[in-house]
Amino acid sequence: MSTQGSLKRGCKVEKNERFEIRIAGFGGQGVVTIGRILGEAFTLYEGKNSVNTQSYGPESRGGACRSEVVVSEGEIHYPNVRKADLFIAFSQVALNTYIADLREGGILLLDPSSVKDVPRRDKYQVYEVPTMEMAHNIGGVKFQNSVALGALYPLIAHMIKESSLRKAISGNVPPETVEINLRAFERGMRYAKEGKAK
Amino acid sequence: MPKKARRSEAATISPEPHFLKPGKYYLQGNQACIEGALMAGCCVYAGYPITPAVETMEYASKRFPQVGGRFIQMEDEIASACALIGSSWGGVKAMTATSGPGFSLMQEAISIAIMSETPMVIIDIQRAGPGQGYITASQQDIMQARWGHHGDGPIIALAPSSVQEMFDLTIEAFNLSERWRTPVLVMVEETVGHMWESLIVPSRDEIEVIERKKPQDLGIMPQDYLPWGHDIVAPMANWGEGYNVNFVALVHLEDGNISRYSPQANYHCVERLQNKIEGNVNQIARIETKFLEGCKHIIVCYGAVSRTAMEAIIDAREMSGLELGYVRLVTLWPFPEEKLREIIGDVDTIFVPEMNLGMMKHPITEALRDRCRKVVSIPSLGILHSPEYILSKIYEEIS
Repeated sequence: MSTQGSLKRGCKVEKNERFEIRIAGFGGQGVVTIGRILGEAFTLYEGKNSVNTQSYGPESRGGACRSEVVVSEGEIHYPNVRKADLFIAFSQVALNTYIADLREGGILLLDPSSVKDVPRRDKYQVYEVPTMEMAHNIGGVKFQNSVALGALYPLIAHMIKESSLRKAISGNVPPETVEINLRAFERGMRYAKEGKAK
Repeated sequence: MPKKARRSEAATISPEPHFLKPGKYYLQGNQACIEGALMAGCCVYAGYPITPAVETMEYASKRFPQVGGRFIQMEDEIASACALIGSSWGGVKAMTATSGPGFSLMQEAISIAIMSETPMVIIDIQRAGPGQGYITASQQDIMQARWGHHGDGPIIALAPSSVQEMFDLTIEAFNLSERWRTPVLVMVEETVGHMWESLIVPSRDEIEVIERKKPQDLGIMPQDYLPWGHDIVAPMANWGEGYNVNFVALVHLEDGNISRYSPQANYHCVERLQNKIEGNVNQIARIETKFLEGCKHIIVCYGAVSRTAMEAIIDAREMSGLELGYVRLVTLWPFPEEKLREIIGDVDTIFVPEMNLGMMKHPITEALRDRCRKVVSIPSLGILHSPEYILSKIYEEIS
């Protein structure tokens, strides 16, 4: 079964385009779940390749938490983010830690109640969405990630269908919360579409 | 609060065993290995939870009963590994998954499984050490895989690098284990264990599944059966099928007799075990190569790091025209020295990026020291190397 490849000298290797997403915050904010939902939506419902990796501290709730999704039409080798195209920051600590890895002109989605200070703000496309407050009004802060996914959707609509995200949300949240998570998703989407996010 | 399940309900086994249907799935590495194990016909999981291998155990607790298998949470990792030995001698395929500290506790049972020639599969989702270390990724157990168990016993260890390979190589691990009657280790980094990626599941009839040889398969009558004889891989009798079953982890002769002390018996017994695996390294071990033609510099890698290495190789060609060759060890042990020497001619530098302080660098140096100017280790602890980091170390060395 071993594969042997060879390449003529001087030959170029085709490099696959990647779209790189990083989500970071505290454990319990749904950071890992967003990554899984995006990954599943791209992989199963859009026919693309995606790799989702996570890192978290020994404490599951309250510790620093990060999730990354790399999307490509081709094969994905390095599984982590190299230069993020999109960064969702749920805490000031997360923003401070990872902002340097967001490429210039990249999308930064944040909650202004927990992220107050964005250094060199003009370098990025910054979208402010009060995800925590909106989630609280819908039924609890645990729906914050679905609000964020909704607010994110118009920004990546050229790559993914709304139905793909809805399917992935439905498959990755507890069955009894599907309806309310989808409502949170819609609320976030409406907020972004109405242009309130900027 | 949901009603607490009664004991009898918890043990219910679905009447229609359901394996994954062919198709594309989105799974975590820690889960994909369980699906691979089920496809390979494994029906016992005995384990003890530990981060970052918890998802494997959790998923096994759901999936094994669904296909008519058994899931047992043991009191610790020692008992888990011993339960695999018992299950295997009971005639079924068995597995567990653990991480560093638990892997240490399993070493005695691994040694006993080597000596008693017990097929079983252990998956080590490696975390950083020593001690309790960190729960982040590492490749720090690969020498323990080879040398951690007491005595002079050989081992087979595989290194998957993707969710697909967690499935594929777990099947291969069971096949090797049954074919060579030996414990097989799957050495995974936390990176791959916690990775979510697509998994393509073929239909069950497309998957090759190897079963252990029994004496009746070879036409050996019960009165003629030598529990440790007949072939370099002795046929293994099941309890209850008319053959004398002889479980021995002491030095033994072909008939299983342990009462005659003789250094020759010791030599014969251990040498046969060693030859069984090391003497068949070319049948057992696999390596993958790419872009080797005309390269002066080569990266030799394994596991998750091989994905970074490939990214670095592609970058180097694109950015500076530097042509690096790629060699990936799919099998870590037995070490494919001869195959490596066939593939790698005269090169300048061999780079070995690893998530440890340079473990595999040693057998690679031993195998290839006359084929290159230098073997250079590129270590990283606690995190997967970035392609930039690997390239910076390479440029530093060759400029």
